[in-house]
Amino acid sequence: MRHTISVLVANEPGVLSRVSGLFSGRGFNIESLNVAETLDPSVSRMTLVTRGNDQIIEQTIKQLNKLVCVIKVADLTGSDYVGREMALIKVAAEASSRAEVLRIGEIFRGRVVDVSPKSYTMEITGDEEKIQAFINLLAPFGILEIVRTGKVAIARVKKEGSNSGGARGKNLDR
Amino acid sequence: MKKTGAEILIESLGHEGVDTVFGFPGGAVLKIYDALLNYSEELRHILVRHEQGAVHAADGYARSSGKVGVCLVTSGPGATNTVTGIATAYMDSIPLVILTGQVPTMLIGNDAFQEADIVGITRPCTKHNYLVKNVKDLAMTIKQAFYLARTGRPGPILVDLPKDVMADNAEFNYPSKIKLPSYNPTYVGHAGQVKRAAKLITNAEKPLIYAGGGVISSNASKELVALAQKFSIPVTTTLMGLGCFPGTNPLFLGMLGMHGTFQANMAVTHCDVLIAIGARFDDRVTGKVESFAPHSKKIHIDIDPTSISKNVIVDIPIVGDARNVLKNMLKVFEEEPAQDWAKMRADWLGRIAEWKEAYPLNYKSGSCIKPQFVVAKICEITGGDVIISTEVGQNQMWTAQFFTFTKPRTLLTSGGLGTMGYGFPAAIGAQVAFPEKTVIDIAGDGSFQMNIQELATAVQYNLPVKVAVLNNHCLGMVRQWQQLFCNQRYSQTIFEVVPDFVKLAEAYGAVGLRATKPEEVEPVIREALSIRRPVVMDFVIDRNEGVYPMVPAGAALSDMLLV
Repeated sequence: MRHTISVLVANEPGVLSRVSGLFSGRGFNIESLNVAETLDPSVSRMTLVTRGNDQIIEQTIKQLNKLVCVIKVADLTGSDYVGREMALIKVAAEASSRAEVLRIGEIFRGRVVDVSPKSYTMEITGDEEKIQAFINLLAPFGILEIVRTGKVAIARVKKEGSNSGGARGKNLDR
Repeated sequence: MKKTGAEILIESLGHEGVDTVFGFPGGAVLKIYDALLNYSEELRHILVRHEQGAVHAADGYARSSGKVGVCLVTSGPGATNTVTGIATAYMDSIPLVILTGQVPTMLIGNDAFQEADIVGITRPCTKHNYLVKNVKDLAMTIKQAFYLARTGRPGPILVDLPKDVMADNAEFNYPSKIKLPSYNPTYVGHAGQVKRAAKLITNAEKPLIYAGGGVISSNASKELVALAQKFSIPVTTTLMGLGCFPGTNPLFLGMLGMHGTFQANMAVTHCDVLIAIGARFDDRVTGKVESFAPHSKKIHIDIDPTSISKNVIVDIPIVGDARNVLKNMLKVFEEEPAQDWAKMRADWLGRIAEWKEAYPLNYKSGSCIKPQFVVAKICEITGGDVIISTEVGQNQMWTAQFFTFTKPRTLLTSGGLGTMGYGFPAAIGAQVAFPEKTVIDIAGDGSFQMNIQELATAVQYNLPVKVAVLNNHCLGMVRQWQQLFCNQRYSQTIFEVVPDFVKLAEAYGAVGLRATKPEEVEPVIREALSIRRPVVMDFVIDRNEGVYPMVPAGAALSDMLLV
């Protein structure tokens, strides 16, 4: 099963290598990985998407926690969270198709960020399915280039009376 | 007053209680070695002959004393030569601090002379590592390195020290506090889990303790013995755990696993509650995982959460320091009504005794020297009051089987990584830590040759280490596997040339002795023990001798080759 894991790490050189090295060394896989500074410049957040059975995910989380540079690990999958990806898509847009391309962009709330006589570059954010659907619709026009981010994710605020757990911290005994 | 990086480094070591470093100089550590001359009173430097020897010696020092072992080497090849030693310590959770020189910060990344990205290279085989880029960070880095090495699950920490940082000046105040918000090892086991475990133990009919190196790292032997005695629970240990429970205690079954005793492996297979303490269900212990202790509920006490349910799913995990957890468990038991446990265990212990009687550890005597006989004789003559190190292979397994270890920290062996060449430098390190103790490396001719250059170190510092070479002129363990699993096709395991170890010892200024017949074994051992100098004993043994019992890799523990 696919899991979205949010990891707070110390913002120092070599951290990315420690995390990616852990995955490659132990045969865990990374489908996508995002890193950026948090409000506290000494701390970065990584959002990574990985795949594995429960035992592998449990081991992955424990191994991440074991790294000295890792401050907190939360498996967002199974709790309530918002996940988004972004894509920049350069699509061919000839005179005959320019209007249609723009209309599809509007439907998906995409934005045109660059224009040339024969192409548009569109920016779109959304979950993976939405971005994939957008790409599928643009494909017949001729996609020239795509750049996609991996997923970034944030836990939803816990609401009164709901038991959707939010982010779990270091769960050591299991 | 401002001090140079080199001075700060050495004074920081002093603050950490370090009195000995094992090392080898070079260009990038010139400043440090120069400063060492001014601190010769406080810090002893042991000059090894190869950087791998320095790490293994620091490792042997750490295992035997429980302190953090420290070594100091130069950049590039000096640093890369330490990698095997670091990986060895990492696999066995040994606290080390490895100080490596590095090219000046402005040259890092330029493929400078003797440059290697040692922080990158050792990332997967250290608990953590550092590159110190500013002399102002040096003292705190050293403080953290020692703290990380010795706390939680111990391990090696590498600190890379660029040449210019060692020459730069800074105010020196050794920090008194550490800020490591992301590092919080769990020492106290979850009280509820401890109670659940205690209940399982009191209800068990056929319990078994499986203890590992963690019992030694956490100094939990006393508590382990108390638990086993109180409930009459038999104890088997891993290779790393040997010595954590007295080998002379009737409850001791010997080592389990691939070359474990018949009774230990049968007890694992038939027990109803398995209590794993400071052990990590290594493949050499479990054999085929599905058939490992198949009828048991499993309790697992370990300080490292990643060890739990990694290979074998357990029923009651307890994350914590073994000593702490056992202490708390013993407290829980105090509330239990007293029962005659010995009587209740009679059936189970009786069954184990039958297994032991059916297939005891054994070997056949002959006209050649049998390696098992040499090991047993060393044990008998010394009364077991020695520190033993081993190399890796048959010598290691015969030692595990035929030497009776009664105290923790008396066996130094590379269990996880299986590093040939470990034993001799480790023995040197142990001898440095305990100058008055007898330290013996039980070696094979293959392994001994891998770090034989350290004879010069032993002679230079007059460290009276003894080496017992079980010399079969071949790589015995690999040869044994080829005999069993490759139709006796002995590919590259026979040494056509083996040096004359007696002459070699003499060439280094040590003493060489040789035994070729069984009756010469005892006199050679006695003579070696009477000499206060390094001695190499060359025991010419039967090449065809194998290590048995044996569980072939991947087979169930109950499928043992018995002879």
